[in-house]
Amino acid sequence: MSNYYESEDLKKFGDIGQHAKSLADDFFKYYGHATGTDGALSKREKALIALAVSHAQKCPYCIDAYTTQCLETGANPEQMMEAVHVAAVMQAGITLVHSVQMQNHLKKMVL
Amino acid sequence: MSAILKIRAVDERSKYDFESQLRRRGIELPPLSIDTLQVNITKLCNQVCRHCHVDAGPQRREMLSPEGIARCLEILERHPQIAKLDITGGAPELHPGFDAFVEKAAALGKHVMVRHNLTVQLDGHPQTGQSKEYLPQFFAKNRVEVISSLPYYQEYFTDAQRGSGVFKKSMEGMRRLNREGYGIEGSGLLLNLVYNPVGPYLPAGQASLEADYKRELKDKFGLAFNHLFIMTNMPINRFKLHLDKSGQYEAYMEKLLAAFNPAAAAGVMCRSLLSVDHEGRLYDCDFNQMLEMDAVDAKGTKLTIFDFDFARALQRPIRFGDHCFGCTAGAGSSCGGATA
Repeated sequence: MSNYYESEDLKKFGDIGQHAKSLADDFFKYYGHATGTDGALSKREKALIALAVSHAQKCPYCIDAYTTQCLETGANPEQMMEAVHVAAVMQAGITLVHSVQMQNHLKKMVL
Repeated sequence: MSAILKIRAVDERSKYDFESQLRRRGIELPPLSIDTLQVNITKLCNQVCRHCHVDAGPQRREMLSPEGIARCLEILERHPQIAKLDITGGAPELHPGFDAFVEKAAALGKHVMVRHNLTVQLDGHPQTGQSKEYLPQFFAKNRVEVISSLPYYQEYFTDAQRGSGVFKKSMEGMRRLNREGYGIEGSGLLLNLVYNPVGPYLPAGQASLEADYKRELKDKFGLAFNHLFIMTNMPINRFKLHLDKSGQYEAYMEKLLAAFNPAAAAGVMCRSLLSVDHEGRLYDCDFNQMLEMDAVDAKGTKLTIFDFDFARALQRPIRFGDHCFGCTAGAGSSCGGATA
């Protein structure tokens, strides 16, 4: 292997059960239930949320997987890009809201 | 993209062996009936869609002969069990005998379905320039069920698959059909749309997608239709070429295999229809037709419309190939939409 994040490795996700099968089984059951079923949120809405999280967490495996999942649940490119923008502004907002902490401390530091 | 590609036969050594899958699961799929005669009367088309399993386009010349059409009508007349005629292509309206074929089948009391691409109304005949603007009125007069591909309710996906400008023309084609009563509740004139993915992925759920299409087409364009049929892209011809060139064939086949659904398998369309090509040869479906996998009787003799025998055709063993995984994945896929 020459690189981190080989796209072929996505197929090996199930291998996380090696050495800790019961924990992996619990995780995949929970994962499937949370993302792969229509509930109070539709599978499409869940896929769009997961796509946004994938970008925020910068996970190339998840970006590929949830781009496909968005398409397979009937989402369109506009919806997918809006989801990514939500992730982007949340990250920007989280950075910016910390400036309140900076300003609080600044006030303490300035006569 | 070239309009004509070399048709490739099914690789008998394929690791995606559909029949082995059926045997392993104890599934048998004999024909149940022959209620539909699906006739591919021409490969000529005004469009060149990137996924087309027929490899249809404006340069194609294949046409079912007048004798072939007469023979299909004779079969329909003699067999009340075959209640439906499904005319496809290419753009079937470009066949010179199309109108008479529809009129005569309708006069026999058959339910006539036409796979109509919407744009031929506006484009006309690509070789002669003959106008096809009369089609909405013609369809209505003969109470034809119109079935039209529209891969999405937006321009981006539709034009990516079916060519630049197709979405706008499709909207106009639908508008003209709606004007005749097609897709309008209470008119009895059926306009059904077909969704298929624009790439190597499975279709979304039929009911939820139909609701999206209805809402979006009504809100944005004031258009109506009856039902949405989802179809999976078959890994043959142009679409297979795309998969091969983009290195996605194996991944797509693995996806179809992983999504194998026994309930969808039970409802595959080859169990209730026969497909006819432009030479009068018979096939278990339009996809087998494009792969030149002729329907055969129990003795292995190829079936044609010219020596058609209903009982012999009904007793035939259906021929399967790796592409059949496309019809059994997820909710299933057929010319009438999901099967499970």
